[in-house]
Amino acid sequence: MSEHEIDARRLLCPMPVIRTQDKINTLEDGDLLTVACTDPGVTSDIPAWCRIHGHEIIDTLTEGREIIITIRVHKNQAQAP
Amino acid sequence: MTMQRKAVSLISGGLDSMLATRVILDQGIHVEGINFFTGFCVEGHTHAIRSKDKKKEKRNNALWVAEELGIKLHIIDVIEEYKDVVLNPKHGYGQHLNPCLDCKIFMVNKAAAWAWMEENDFDFIITGEVIGQRPMSQRKATMPIIARESGADDRLLRPLCAKNLPLTLPEREGWVDRDRLFGFHGRNRTPQIELAKSLGIEEYSQPAGGCCFLTDKSYASKLGDLWQSRGERAYEIDDIMLLKVGRHLRPAPHYKLIISREEGENHYLTGYQHEYTTIRTVSHRGPVTIVDGTPDDDDLLFAARIAARYSQGRDADRVTLSITPPGKDGREVMVTPLAATEVLENWYV
Repeated sequence: MSEHEIDARRLLCPMPVIRTQDKINTLEDGDLLTVACTDPGVTSDIPAWCRIHGHEIIDTLTEGREIIITIRVHKNQAQAP
Repeated sequence: MTMQRKAVSLISGGLDSMLATRVILDQGIHVEGINFFTGFCVEGHTHAIRSKDKKKEKRNNALWVAEELGIKLHIIDVIEEYKDVVLNPKHGYGQHLNPCLDCKIFMVNKAAAWAWMEENDFDFIITGEVIGQRPMSQRKATMPIIARESGADDRLLRPLCAKNLPLTLPEREGWVDRDRLFGFHGRNRTPQIELAKSLGIEEYSQPAGGCCFLTDKSYASKLGDLWQSRGERAYEIDDIMLLKVGRHLRPAPHYKLIISREEGENHYLTGYQHEYTTIRTVSHRGPVTIVDGTPDDDDLLFAARIAARYSQGRDADRVTLSITPPGKDGREVMVTPLAATEVLENWYV
């Protein structure tokens, strides 16, 4: 298990989702990914993307205008119903 | 044992692609969605920027549709590849700068060409197109063009209007039952709404289309102005994002002002202070203004007078503003705001 970060600040949706998706595609099962964003839309879009791909939101933290989302990667799981 | 067939569906987030996908899912096909981000998508961006929209529910409709249907969705950044579609559309533009037919060919081709699709043994592509629904890209004459020029040929299935079109490979091979597909045509959306009802789909976003800034007259005008002022038809992602924000005024051919309209746009434009000269009001509350082009010192003073016009000091004798070139120290200037009658109508882009 390893920990990773990406900076998606100033990007507007869906770019933070795309960055998250592309990064997760390179990660292993159990890895943690922290995504720093500023578009409030990510609080809806990143969890939605994670749900349909079977990944898990561990934490969502808002600091001023920044939103920090931490995701646990789950690979080889059945897709969401 | 029967092989599990797989289809990739172009998901826009609208009702038609949702229905097309559901119809194929109901025939036992494994479907995954693709959504392309071109940079010109309406949904999300302006809501994210503007404070007055902050309370509106924010969701990516394509993701929402995928979740409703229980399928995976892959969102693909095609900003770079899409430039050629916008700049050199083989089939021309629609009413504004919308290259709808080339866009559809590109998207089907991108899906068809996507190495992922072959690597994962996907068999065919589906779209929510309906003959006659769109004046440019969804006509009976253009449907074969999309299939042919995209390279998808008979692996492109349009479940909502398939009965009006020649047999495709999935139908010929019996992967899908043509009798359970549809023959919708025209702009009347009643059949789609009734189909949604019969499938128990009660919530969906606005009927298909209207999701691209290139179909918007005001946006297309700003994009045309950008190309004309730069002497070349080209753009970067920041250019097309900035066209969605603020008032755009061009007092002279060699420079343009982008003046925020509210708090959210202030924050957004501030993010560009390292790339553009930025003007802020100091003595009064007012907008953030960025200056695009090659203004000289006199132009910047004039720009400050225009910016002051949009501040709360518009009726004051003097307004103090800061002018800060990118990467340099700013200077403060005191100017008389331009009178309303001095802001010429033809400056508005």
